[in-house]
Amino acid sequence: MEKIVEVKNLNFNYGVAEVLKDVTFSIERGDYVGLGGHNGSGKTTLVKIILGLLSPDTGEISVLGKDLKKFKQWSKIGYLPQNVSLFNPIFPATVYEVVSLGLLSKKKFPRRITKSDEKIVDKALEELEILDLKNKLISDLSGGQQQRVFLAKALVNEPELLILDEPSNALDAKTRNKFFNLLNSLNKKKGITIILITHDIGHIGEHANKLLYLEKSIVFYGKLSEFCHSEKMEGVFGYDSQHLICHQH
Amino acid sequence: MNISFLEFISYSFVQRAFISGIFVAVLCSILGLFLVLRKLSLIGDGLSHVSFGAIAMGLFFGFYPIYFAIPVVVLASIFIVKLTQKAKIYGDTAIGVVSSVGLAGGVLLASASHGFNVSLLSYLFGNILAISASETYLSIALSLVVLVIVYLLYNELFAVTFNEEQANITGIKSDNINLLLVILTAITVVLSVRVVGIMLVSSFFILPAVTALQISKGFKSAIFVSALVAVVSVITGICASFYLDLPAGASIVIVNFILFLLSFLWRKNM
Repeated sequence: MEKIVEVKNLNFNYGVAEVLKDVTFSIERGDYVGLGGHNGSGKTTLVKIILGLLSPDTGEISVLGKDLKKFKQWSKIGYLPQNVSLFNPIFPATVYEVVSLGLLSKKKFPRRITKSDEKIVDKALEELEILDLKNKLISDLSGGQQQRVFLAKALVNEPELLILDEPSNALDAKTRNKFFNLLNSLNKKKGITIILITHDIGHIGEHANKLLYLEKSIVFYGKLSEFCHSEKMEGVFGYDSQHLICHQH
Repeated sequence: MNISFLEFISYSFVQRAFISGIFVAVLCSILGLFLVLRKLSLIGDGLSHVSFGAIAMGLFFGFYPIYFAIPVVVLASIFIVKLTQKAKIYGDTAIGVVSSVGLAGGVLLASASHGFNVSLLSYLFGNILAISASETYLSIALSLVVLVIVYLLYNELFAVTFNEEQANITGIKSDNINLLLVILTAITVVLSVRVVGIMLVSSFFILPAVTALQISKGFKSAIFVSALVAVVSVITGICASFYLDLPAGASIVIVNFILFLLSFLWRKNM
């Protein structure tokens, strides 16, 4: 299988604080990887390194078969950051303007948004059932609607890899279910590889096919079926919790 | 004043005031929107203090003050950005450091010279009706350069203003865009000094932008409304200053503020 992300011997420190230690793993095309771990376990840092926002101290990273240092195809990666609703609340951007920002990674100077781009944005909004919000101000929307807008922005280029950082934080139970069903459909029908960061291990058990459990170093990486029989994970979660997750899966 | 409007605008000094004022107002209002949304609105104030020092330096050494101030204020703006990045201090603190040094330098030179305090005062409070032809040409030329740069990099500026981290992921070098925004602001501050004066420059950046934020229904419309408010304020302010014998710079700022209040009340009643 084609490797979409490959990380070898990755180490990262914030000053004297060790954040990631000797992390090595690879993600294959079509995988739905749940990235779990406690607060401060290095999940978001790992994703920011993969996205080129942070430089590792040591280690090799390749994305879509290319060394990250030379990687330029950012339009093939969609990213839904943590706490999307924390943008400046007085910012006067419409839903259309926000989603069209996602198209800039495909553009060269001068990065203009054209009439044909508007159709692409409309299609992304339609797929997420928010076309009727196109001309609304993003700040006037509910948390769930904003989440969909930012997901539309992440998906507008039809990426091969979608990375989501704690996407369910701002959602109520009903919207959360719809949101995760949508991710399942993107993974199964469109073959989009997904990395889902969450500290809610139940979500991973329910939706992902692989689990990467991080506590600075990798505690577990593999298929959910392997996780269910891992004695190491029984030590992390306790027997009952581990088997509850496996039951959901 | 007992003359008709047509007679009023037939004076070449009035025409120069309108042309320079409108170009500088459009420039300030557009850049101001990016600065206000990035919580950098006081950079205009800080750089205007630096321009005070630079103009005093120009007068002291016998250079034409505005021409001398442009490179000095641009260098100061770059220094603010570098200070924020390298010295690990917040942007507002870096602005405070640089602006106080600029202001102190200006006061020291004014005190040492004994001769140019009157000229310096005209820069402090501005005198749009005394703008020379060469200053008008400079305002038009530099305004056009800045506006073309903003037009070409509109989406980069929009993306970085909305979310710097997400802009980086789309391949935009946000550090470069930030530096460019600050340099363009520095040039605009110096051009604005003749129009509203050092004391009131920051209002030219802030008031049209906050007025636009009250009533706009999108980012492009906010840019348009901000520019429109600035132009209306300049035209009304110059006319008010001429007919009511008021200082032009202060009149423009008060018109700007009235438009802000009206937009605020309109929004409240929506």
